Amino acid sequence: MLKRVIGGAVVVLLLAAAAYAAFFIAPTDSRQGVIYRIIFLHVPSAWTGLVAFFICFVANIAYVLKRTPRWDWLGVSCAEVGLVFTSVVLVTGPIWAHPVWGIWWTWDARLTSTFVLWLLYVAYLMLRTLVEEPERRALLSALFGIFAFIDVPLVFGSIRWWRTQHPQPVIMGEPGSGLDPVMLRVLLFSWLPMLALMTLLILARYRLEAMREDFELVRRESEAA
Amino acid sequence: MKNLNSVFAAYLIAWGIFFVYYVTVAQRASELRKDLERLKGSLNRKK
Repeated sequence: MLKRVIGGAVVVLLLAAAAYAAFFIAPTDSRQGVIYRIIFLHVPSAWTGLVAFFICFVANIAYVLKRTPRWDWLGVSCAEVGLVFTSVVLVTGPIWAHPVWGIWWTWDARLTSTFVLWLLYVAYLMLRTLVEEPERRALLSALFGIFAFIDVPLVFGSIRWWRTQHPQPVIMGEPGSGLDPVMLRVLLFSWLPMLALMTLLILARYRLEAMREDFELVRRESEAA
Repeated sequence: MKNLNSVFAAYLIAWGIFFVYYVTVAQRASELRKDLERLKGSLNRKK
């Protein structure tokens, strides 16, 4: 319990430090002004969501190969947490876009592929509520999760392969692209609390799945008694 | 400082989403723990 409290306190402190860096250390953008500071929340959330979906993908493959429930617990935990981070991306993006583009949303390749990614993982979680038998549920959702992950490279590549309204990549982009070094350091630092938060949330969600397994075992024992 | 309110709103909404999600996971865990204890209690009585 003490470890969880310390973990939570560390995440809160890191989030506060990242917000301080975003507001007071990163210089103001000469063209966009203050509104660009949303990228220190939006971009790390997007990266973290993709990391969570990648772990989910690995867990899904591991489940299909080994059929161990623990991989299923990890898969569903990562899918749910990845969905939370992607929801933050889909909310903060339009808040930035409205003053900069003059519109809240446009169906360009990056925005559309991200929205489709969000829908795919909502479908993944809904699928799990439709199948009662645990092993069948785990297998079907693992197979669907592997399919859903196909959209992740599309999200990553969309701003590289197609001309989009969404800004071009500032990291791993074309020669000449990139951020001011201070902005880049703040951006990378802002990713740290998001990764820590992701870990905290996945662990909490994983413990819930483990407890569900205990509950099922005791329920079956109780029915048999 | 044009659009500063929008930046604050984005941070508050994002932190709110994370907080609400954490609370729902904690609530689900707490309810399940109670159900588990109740079930264990009834199983012990049967034995």
